[in-house]
Amino acid sequence: MDLATIIPILDATLRSATPLLFVCLAGLFSERSGIIDIGLEGKLLIAAFFSASVAAMSGSVWIGLLAGIGASLVLSLLHGVASITFRGNQLISGVALNFLASGLTVVIGENWFGLGGRTPQLSGAARFQPIHLPGVEAMADVPVIGPIYSNLISGHTILVYAAIVTVALTWWVLFRTRFGLHLRAVGENPESVDTAGISVIRLRYSAMVIAGVLCGIGGAYLATGLAAGFVKEMSAGRGFIALAALIFAKWRPWYALAACLLFGFLDAVGTRFQKLEVLGVNVPTQFMQALPYILTVVILAGFVGKAIPPRAGGTPYVKER
Amino acid sequence: MTLMKTLLGAGAALALSAAGALAEPGLIIDLGGKFDKSFNESAYNGAQRWVEETGGDYLETELQSEAQREQNLRKMAERGANPIIVMGFANQSTLEKIAPDYPDTKFAIIDSVVDQPNVKSMLFSEQEGSYLVGVVAAMTTETDTVGFVGGMDVPLIRRFACGYAEGVKATNPDAKIISNMTGTTPTAWNDPVKGGELAKSQVSQGADVIYAAAGGTGVGVLQAAADEGVYSIGVDSNQNYLHPGSVLTSMVKRVDNAVYKLFSEGVEGFEPGLEVLDLESEGVGYAVDEHNEALITDEIKAAVEEAKAGIISGEIVPHDYYTDDSCPTLTF
Repeated sequence: MDLATIIPILDATLRSATPLLFVCLAGLFSERSGIIDIGLEGKLLIAAFFSASVAAMSGSVWIGLLAGIGASLVLSLLHGVASITFRGNQLISGVALNFLASGLTVVIGENWFGLGGRTPQLSGAARFQPIHLPGVEAMADVPVIGPIYSNLISGHTILVYAAIVTVALTWWVLFRTRFGLHLRAVGENPESVDTAGISVIRLRYSAMVIAGVLCGIGGAYLATGLAAGFVKEMSAGRGFIALAALIFAKWRPWYALAACLLFGFLDAVGTRFQKLEVLGVNVPTQFMQALPYILTVVILAGFVGKAIPPRAGGTPYVKER
Repeated sequence: MTLMKTLLGAGAALALSAAGALAEPGLIIDLGGKFDKSFNESAYNGAQRWVEETGGDYLETELQSEAQREQNLRKMAERGANPIIVMGFANQSTLEKIAPDYPDTKFAIIDSVVDQPNVKSMLFSEQEGSYLVGVVAAMTTETDTVGFVGGMDVPLIRRFACGYAEGVKATNPDAKIISNMTGTTPTAWNDPVKGGELAKSQVSQGADVIYAAAGGTGVGVLQAAADEGVYSIGVDSNQNYLHPGSVLTSMVKRVDNAVYKLFSEGVEGFEPGLEVLDLESEGVGYAVDEHNEALITDEIKAAVEEAKAGIISGEIVPHDYYTDDSCPTLTF
């Protein structure tokens, strides 16, 4: 295996890890605040739809991004109202969101565009274009570093870089700010936060807002960066993979980056090596395609160690009993 | 009990109306969707052409999941549609089961064979059309590497791949063919993101012409090829217009003509049995229009036309994957 093979795989890894990363961090915020978020998939899907359709109508990907964030926010707040204000079951509310998103996107899409739930193909300014970092041409001929810089690091859409920055930002907010301390506390022991005179409700709602925004960006990347338009069910389980990555990462931002990159890498390897000959034995395509899922199970079952979720996760906070 | 009576009554009423002479034709669109810009859209366009020309009306349903196949087909038969066109090989076992239950309804299945007295089976010679676009690909490639992205990994798609590989190898024996399938479930017909990733992966391995036979997934393949600045080949419908200058040609499979013809003939002209639509009967072919004229040089055109004539006369026989479940020029 040489550099010319490895770089495209790592390049694909970055692309497929990006939506996972946004969604994983969204889940991190909401679960750290004590709200279990099964509805990540639905938020990702609805954001993908609205970003693609508004980008198609307005011709601007940025307006599309805002629309995607808005749509995802609405679902996020709906989840908040159901599980924080009305203290409903968070799992059920999340599952309901997934169904809602899967149905709404097709119905609205058919009504707006009449293309069976698709949006028109996006092109030009209606899509996130790859950006070329400075000095790409100058660097391209340098051995080893040149190809890495010009093919792997440069040439992604802005949201890929934003995803990496978001990881650092999440870490900083969660572990270096007062808000982060409160947020972690509210997921572990909301009573103590309440006793300290801080509103549990407000903290949890702000976590839902952050989760909504992050899912929105993830969805927009999926539909307007990675693809060129929306098709029904295009999230294809990424929300659930991100949830698995979150558990794998033990609810920590940098681990989340590693977990998402690993899942992205497995995906990229499965795509690149559909036919593989190992020690003279032909590995069937089906096995290569199932590999990411097999490894997910193996990793989650054997290597993750003890993953302890935030203690108050899943239980609505009742001020006085 | 009253509910049961109502249901039975409704069923009887439906059965009565089914026997009525005012039968409208029906069309069942497969997973992948009506607007997949490919296989299903071609059928839809054929039906629309019939509507425009005759002013008639037809019934249409679109499958949303694997589980709906039988339910949808029965519902269509009970609503009295006749003849009913069923799209896609995946409906074969369902139709085999249902056709005997509605002996007065005429069915037609596209891309598969169902041996029943009231079923017409229509097959297209995909290997012949794919052979032609394989010739175009081999003449165009500068890297001696061409790609193929299939949808669901099924014999039908392998038939496309094999014909394509035969065309490529016959024109340029040194050419390398990278073949990938999107998946093993019907979602593989509708996953443009995965299709795009497969295409990008093939480009990184040197492919500069990529043939997509993948339904809605192909949209992502064509998009990725256009983004990466390489050529692509569309399938089923004429997809040249999607990315002018990047889509080299399309392997057209005239599903629209088949649907149009079946609708026009109606119940009276219906003949059960097998019909194979090949290159000679213009059931398959390659598309040249204003969007790709510049890409198809005279030299390429001459080579393709020669291959076409050869296939029609029987001099060239592209390998048919259906005959022995293998392909001499390509391993899966």
